[in-house]
Amino acid sequence: MSASPSTAAPSEADEAGAPPTRGNRGAAKRRSSAIRGGERFAGYTFMLPWIIGTAVFTIGPMVWSLYLSFTDYHLIRGGDWIGLDNYTAMFDDPMFARAVRVTLMYVVFAVPIKLAASLAVAMLLVQRRRGIGFYRAAFYMPSLIAMSVGIAIVWKALFANGGPQDQFMSWFGWEGGGFIGNPSVSILMLVLLSVWTFGAPMVIFMAGLLQVPGELYEAAEVDGAGKWHRFVKITLPMLSPVIFFNVLMETVGAFQLFGPAYIIGGEAGAPAWSTLFYTVRIYSLAFIDLRMGYASAWAWVLVLAVGVVTLIMFRAAKSLVYYAGEDNR
Amino acid sequence: MSITTTADGRVVERRKRPPRERAKSAVWHLSLLAVLAIVLYPALWVLIASVKPNAEIITDASLIPSTITWEHFASAFDGLAGVPLWRFFWNSTLIAGLSVIGIVLSCSITAYALGRLSFPGRKAMFGIVIATLLLPGQVMLIPQYLIFSEMEVVNTIFPLVVGKFLALDAFFVFMYVQFLRGIPRELDHAAKIDGAGHFRIFFSIMLPLLRPAIVTSAIFTFIWSWNDFLGPLIYLHEIEKFPLPRLLQSYENTEAVSNYGGMMAMTLLSLIPVVLFFLVFQKFLIKGIAASGIKG
Repeated sequence: MSASPSTAAPSEADEAGAPPTRGNRGAAKRRSSAIRGGERFAGYTFMLPWIIGTAVFTIGPMVWSLYLSFTDYHLIRGGDWIGLDNYTAMFDDPMFARAVRVTLMYVVFAVPIKLAASLAVAMLLVQRRRGIGFYRAAFYMPSLIAMSVGIAIVWKALFANGGPQDQFMSWFGWEGGGFIGNPSVSILMLVLLSVWTFGAPMVIFMAGLLQVPGELYEAAEVDGAGKWHRFVKITLPMLSPVIFFNVLMETVGAFQLFGPAYIIGGEAGAPAWSTLFYTVRIYSLAFIDLRMGYASAWAWVLVLAVGVVTLIMFRAAKSLVYYAGEDNR
Repeated sequence: MSITTTADGRVVERRKRPPRERAKSAVWHLSLLAVLAIVLYPALWVLIASVKPNAEIITDASLIPSTITWEHFASAFDGLAGVPLWRFFWNSTLIAGLSVIGIVLSCSITAYALGRLSFPGRKAMFGIVIATLLLPGQVMLIPQYLIFSEMEVVNTIFPLVVGKFLALDAFFVFMYVQFLRGIPRELDHAAKIDGAGHFRIFFSIMLPLLRPAIVTSAIFTFIWSWNDFLGPLIYLHEIEKFPLPRLLQSYENTEAVSNYGGMMAMTLLSLIPVVLFFLVFQKFLIKGIAASGIKG
């Protein structure tokens, strides 16, 4: 389940075929090298689309965008090498500070709230069997439509001035109007949109919870451990590989939110740049302003940030994640 | 009662349960129904908004309309700027359909090579697949655009689907590799002894056995490309070529103020294929998600 490279390649030992018997060793050797040659040919043939695609549309563009990030390339005017100027310019760019702030706020609020909700509901769901399939399906469904333009438009209506959220909250004395026009809370619309999709990590949590051996809980109960104790001492450690996977995937995904942010806040991240997500800014720098060199520098800073966050998580996982059957604690 | 329910859970439930158990069960259902109400509210809201009179849509939070009107659907079918709605549905279907074909073909053969064959460089290639799993796609966006505009294919659907035929969705390649691991190697060996080549083995043995992975990847590819907005935003500029997300975005920019209901009807119609797909395949999908960690 985890995407760690160490589990990647299957063993090669069993691919060499049966060991040749004494008499016809030479013939067998020739035959096995022919098989190997055939396998090699088949391997490269099957890999050909991927090799072409990766060279032309992944690795080539990565090198190219790294190069572009050191130029002032403009789609119409072209550009020249300017060294690190793009990167130094970013730190004086007020838009950069705004985009970083909005994106980090989103990551810091959306990921933990969404995962806490999904774990809580998953734990509730696995307690009983009747109705579990219905609830699981119903809770999962938003995950499939939440990133669509349609739902972003619905969200704008739900959080409009005088809309459902405004009316509901005004019963409790709220006077701030709809979230959409209010820069101090507008980001909450996107946080709530993310929390609405708690069903996707929930399904993964449920699969993990059903694997925890019931005897552990029974033994702990006999020993007089309370509910909270059992959660902290059994559920969390046994579930930690799944938690790690969900935290990693959700965080990396949250850094890259685009569609809903663009529909809700537009290119300027309205109101008052409060929904100016990092990727939205990359889009408007590259495809509205056509400043593709500068936008490439922005994109590379995002790659570095996501890389550093991923690295920190893998490091932290070494001491925090418990793999049953491995004695690393 | 322990937290995990085992196979004998049903037997326990059939017996007459003590009142304490019943109360617990009621609390369980009530709390989940509360979650359900919150989760379904936006979906029900858009359903109701599409049949409410325009004036009530925003300001009336309740789910019961004062009168029901079908005129929003009539105006939704008219589409935008003289292009009828079915045209946008066709564009979306074409892009999603081609994406599905591309993903299934290219990711399955790539995964077969990576998971089953041995050739120099395989480990390095698999490493690249894993590395691209977490790589933010934004970093390739600009050069890709420059490549496609050099090839003069901007404003066609080519840039939106070509990557699908080249196995660039690392996630699906990874999923197929994982799935192949569960298929016993004896099958390949037996076929090899019978003289089948790798092409035969792949097409007549592996492909049929990969069916669950194929269905899962096909459904997710369909839904993701149906929802994709960034690709069409960058590459498609003529309204006749727009898929639904671009239509909704343009409609919102031009007509939303005057015809809110029309937009809600359009939104609802655009979501229906995804929801239908999900309802038909939901058991199957959720098993796949739990096993492979697709995030939806």
